Amino acid sequence: MLLTLAFASLVRHRARTILAVLGVAVSAGMLLDMVMLSTGMRESFRSLLLAQGFQLRLAPKGTLPFDTEATIRDADSLVALLRARPEVERVSPVLGGQLHIPTSAGTVTAAALGVESSVQGDYELVEGRAPAAANELVANDATLRAIGKGIGDTVSAAAGYDPQLRGLSGVRTLRIVGRVRFVYMAAEQRGASLPLATLRAMQGGEASDRISLAMVRLRPRTDAEAMRTEVGRLLPRVTVISTAEAIRQVDERLSYFRQLAVILGAVSLIVGFLLVTTLMTVSVNERIGEIAVMRAIGVRRGRIVAQIVIEGAAIMAVATPVGLGLGLVTARYLNSILARFPGLPERIDFFLFQPVAAWTALGLLIASGILSGVYPSWRGASLAIATTLRQEAVG
Amino acid sequence: MSAPRVDAIVEVRDLVRQYRMGEELVQALRGVSFTVQRSEYVAIVGPSGCGKSTLLNVLGVIDRPTSGTVAIGGERVDQLSDARATEFRLRRIGFVFQRFYLMQALTARENVELPLAEAGLGGAARRERARALLEYVGLGRRESHRPSQLSGGEQQRVAIARALANEPALLLADEPTGELDARTGAEMIALFRRLNADGTTIVVVTHDEELARAAKRVVHMRDGSIVDDRRAEADRR
Repeated sequence: MLLTLAFASLVRHRARTILAVLGVAVSAGMLLDMVMLSTGMRESFRSLLLAQGFQLRLAPKGTLPFDTEATIRDADSLVALLRARPEVERVSPVLGGQLHIPTSAGTVTAAALGVESSVQGDYELVEGRAPAAANELVANDATLRAIGKGIGDTVSAAAGYDPQLRGLSGVRTLRIVGRVRFVYMAAEQRGASLPLATLRAMQGGEASDRISLAMVRLRPRTDAEAMRTEVGRLLPRVTVISTAEAIRQVDERLSYFRQLAVILGAVSLIVGFLLVTTLMTVSVNERIGEIAVMRAIGVRRGRIVAQIVIEGAAIMAVATPVGLGLGLVTARYLNSILARFPGLPERIDFFLFQPVAAWTALGLLIASGILSGVYPSWRGASLAIATTLRQEAVG
Repeated sequence: MSAPRVDAIVEVRDLVRQYRMGEELVQALRGVSFTVQRSEYVAIVGPSGCGKSTLLNVLGVIDRPTSGTVAIGGERVDQLSDARATEFRLRRIGFVFQRFYLMQALTARENVELPLAEAGLGGAARRERARALLEYVGLGRRESHRPSQLSGGEQQRVAIARALANEPALLLADEPTGELDARTGAEMIALFRRLNADGTTIVVVTHDEELARAAKRVVHMRDGSIVDDRRAEADRR
């Protein structure tokens, strides 16, 4: 009976109810997006960092990986030391640099990563194979497009540019053997990878025993934080960053995003709440005579409150799935725009859908739906019956 | 107040009801005392503003007196808490209003079921009782109609069936023929007579002389006081 009355009341003013549902849906969509935004980048970074299974990263003292052009010297002994540890499963040394590839349209510059193919964690092979010989190279689509080459072609590439000689230095002829997708590079960023030894040789004597970064994969059940402390103690000349530490640093950098998301999410929730409260207040005012009669014939105050709260919650319940769908579509669209954000890895999602985000948004909306009915229902249930009936009769 | 007499279904003593209307203190009831016996049919008449509807509201436990006492069926009801008053109205009072006040979203049967559901009667028993009541008021075939599909007289019959749902000790009607044409009004008067003949205690507030004439007792009010209280000739005989 209660549900029938609540449903009938919503259906009686169909257009108004539909508009309210749409309004709340927009607010719900926005709320979901903001919840996704507040946790999405963090989670996205986390899964990115863990994607290749490396838990520790060693960078030059006081820097973050590839934050500067600084390098770690005596790298080979460092790598050997790490590989000798029983807790370490794999060490991937990486030397960063640039490749300058002359083409008929000019010189194309791409980020270069010197790695050991067998242990690398910087790219995923899309087509072809990883470099096996010193003169082999893999590149991503952006690079291949820019130089107009493909797998099997050879290129002449340089690791540097000598401003005094006004010419390229460290030139090698390299054969493209694979098309790859770089895990940590930004969308549309040109990149190529070649054997570590080759890049070192191209960069010259200075780089012969240097790396920019070492990534360490630990054996299962190894405490990454304890290992981070241990490696930091053994190798005081490097900064050791665990995934947890990296996420913490990312968190710090993203705190503005999160604050923005929380504020906008709260605004969305408040707008939805006020919308439903307004609708329910108007609805109660229209039915004040009906409510007074229900009270007069013995319908309990709690029953009136429940009926109005159900109406508010029903609007939220119908609007929420619509809103969540809307939020997902909007998030996908915004992600596609923000994927071109300069300097961010292509794989980072600003709006990452996680079930917890949907549940959080759903919980907040249901709570808000129930609360939005409280004031109007309290008003309706507390009216003076005799006075209301007299006013209704006069009206 | 001495213990209420159990043969009197309504016992009112020194009832005063004042309320504020802006700056003015309105004396709606000025020390009203009267009793209604079980199975009586009482019409309260008087000019507009004389306090008859206020008296009905106090009897119906939807308004509280400023002072004085009201007992219905032997139970003091003038100072009940909201929850107790609601429960009392549900179980012991039946209300019929001038404007019917049916729930527009519900069918005739569902409207009658509303107080039954509130009283906790199960679905099947509720439907059966609602159908029986609609049959009693002559609307057995209109149970699935919504108020908007019923005439004024039919709506008022549904309202009466709703008022009788929980077998109240007292049926209160406020201008029940006020919105009806003469012919429908006459049908309503006949229905009230039948209800009373079947044992229902009725107190009706009305301007309708025909309806008042149908009552066994007519109470005249003026300026918040009872100025005349007489039984019909036939009843006295």
